[in-house]
Amino acid sequence: MNSFVLFFHKLGSPPYFYRFAGKWLPWLYAIALVAAAIGFYGALFTAPADYQQGDSFRIMYVHVPCAWMGLFAYLFMAANGFIALVWRIKLSETLAMASAPIGAAFTFITLVTGSLWGKPTWGTWWTWDARLTSELVLLFLYFGVIGLYHAIEDRRQAARAAAFLALIGIVNLPIVHYSVIWWNTLHQGQTVNLIGPSKIAPSMLWPLLTLAFATHVYFFASVFARTRVALLELESGKDWVRALLPATQASHD
Amino acid sequence: MKPGTTSAACAAVLRRDLMLVWRRRGDALNPLLFAIIVVACFPFALGPEAAVLERIAAGTIFVAVLLAMLLTLDALFRSDLEDGSLEQLVVSPHPLALLLGCKIFIHWLTTALPLIIVAPLLAQLLQLPAPVLPVLIIALALATPLLSLIGAVCVALTVGMRRSGMLLTLLVLPLIVPALIFGAGACNAAQNGFAYAAPLLWLAAWLVLSIIIAPLAAAAALKISLS
Amino acid sequence: MTDFFAMHGYAAYVWPAYALFAIVLLADAIAPALARRRILRELTGRLRRAASRKTP
Repeated sequence: MNSFVLFFHKLGSPPYFYRFAGKWLPWLYAIALVAAAIGFYGALFTAPADYQQGDSFRIMYVHVPCAWMGLFAYLFMAANGFIALVWRIKLSETLAMASAPIGAAFTFITLVTGSLWGKPTWGTWWTWDARLTSELVLLFLYFGVIGLYHAIEDRRQAARAAAFLALIGIVNLPIVHYSVIWWNTLHQGQTVNLIGPSKIAPSMLWPLLTLAFATHVYFFASVFARTRVALLELESGKDWVRALLPATQASHD
Repeated sequence: MKPGTTSAACAAVLRRDLMLVWRRRGDALNPLLFAIIVVACFPFALGPEAAVLERIAAGTIFVAVLLAMLLTLDALFRSDLEDGSLEQLVVSPHPLALLLGCKIFIHWLTTALPLIIVAPLLAQLLQLPAPVLPVLIIALALATPLLSLIGAVCVALTVGMRRSGMLLTLLVLPLIVPALIFGAGACNAAQNGFAYAAPLLWLAAWLVLSIIIAPLAAAAALKISLS
Repeated sequence: MTDFFAMHGYAAYVWPAYALFAIVLLADAIAPALARRRILRELTGRLRRAASRKTP
């Protein structure tokens, strides 16, 4: 077994992951914060205003990274759900369930900022644009996963059921997306594409990529933080959790 | 058919479920009444002008049928869970997916088929143009099994819960959006004189995929819920 | 500077979008920290009760 595989095997053990995530957490938050600061500086100060949309296009810098993250979080959740169901790894169950609320938060931001962008661009707060509609369905899928997870008493069974639902969702997501595109072209003329096929200028692109990087790092920071909490709750009877508590150290002394 | 074989087990499940529905045939009419009432509400809300109703007819019938079926999904495994026969299905030596497939088929036969049969009546209430009616029937015939199949997977996930109605709706509706889009879309296309074969074929393709995958998924989901 | 905040007339759309991004993610960052404190307090209390039951 090479050291890389060995590392993943060790990472699967809750106490090891708890320490590992605890070590990385401050760094991840710091990197995300610095990258976001640089990205926002670029987005608000150095990027020139779009010649068609004026300054409203600056909403893109929060809208697009969040849209990417909404999908990325879903993929991460489904991949971990798959691992959890096939190999029954407890950590993967926890990781999958930890990424659901973050993904829902990102999708929610995407929807609201899309609406804020739509008002000056299209003249209405909401249009049934194919992308926005798909995002709405994605948000409902997230709500379904979170709702199912909280409706079942047994934590591990709840995680497995919700992970299974996430997997069903991932089979369904492409069908939903393409059906929405078909439906959209049937019912509406050309809508203004928010991100056109035209090349985006480098001075406009680098803040976007920086912010995408920041949101990815933030996603992992948040997943780590949530997973740590969930592991504490899940393993509350175990020795490694007890060793973390101040009271036991006092009683051992 | 030799007793103990898989086909005998399937036949037994089919017979038992049909008999259960037959003994409570009054309840089986409820989704029908529900769909008719929902459809009848629309003219009250929108006014009786034929032009308005005609325009929304196909979509309204689709939504009413889907909602009526959603109401019955909740009970798909309920009585089996309460009398313990669901566990018997899970531990039986026959493939669980096949047995669940039989149960799903009976669900479709007893709730969706009556709805499809009254669809002409619903269409008449909403002044749907007569040439669109065959398209509506075909679209419903393709979309309702999808709802039974996908719904069964979600029911299997929520089977142990006391109050699963709202949650079940939340789980099923996002997954069923394409059926609504393609089904009602085909009717609208036919109504406007466009080609409507493509959405129906898409529905059919999706149905074939679901017939194969959904019983397997429902079996896996049921094993998770009952573990 | 006022020009910058006005966003050439788009201020009402641009700033709420950025504010929402900041607020939602801030809430998302704080939630696990609060949950962690609550759980640690609960576990400590549970352990203390178990210990006090055993000692006398």
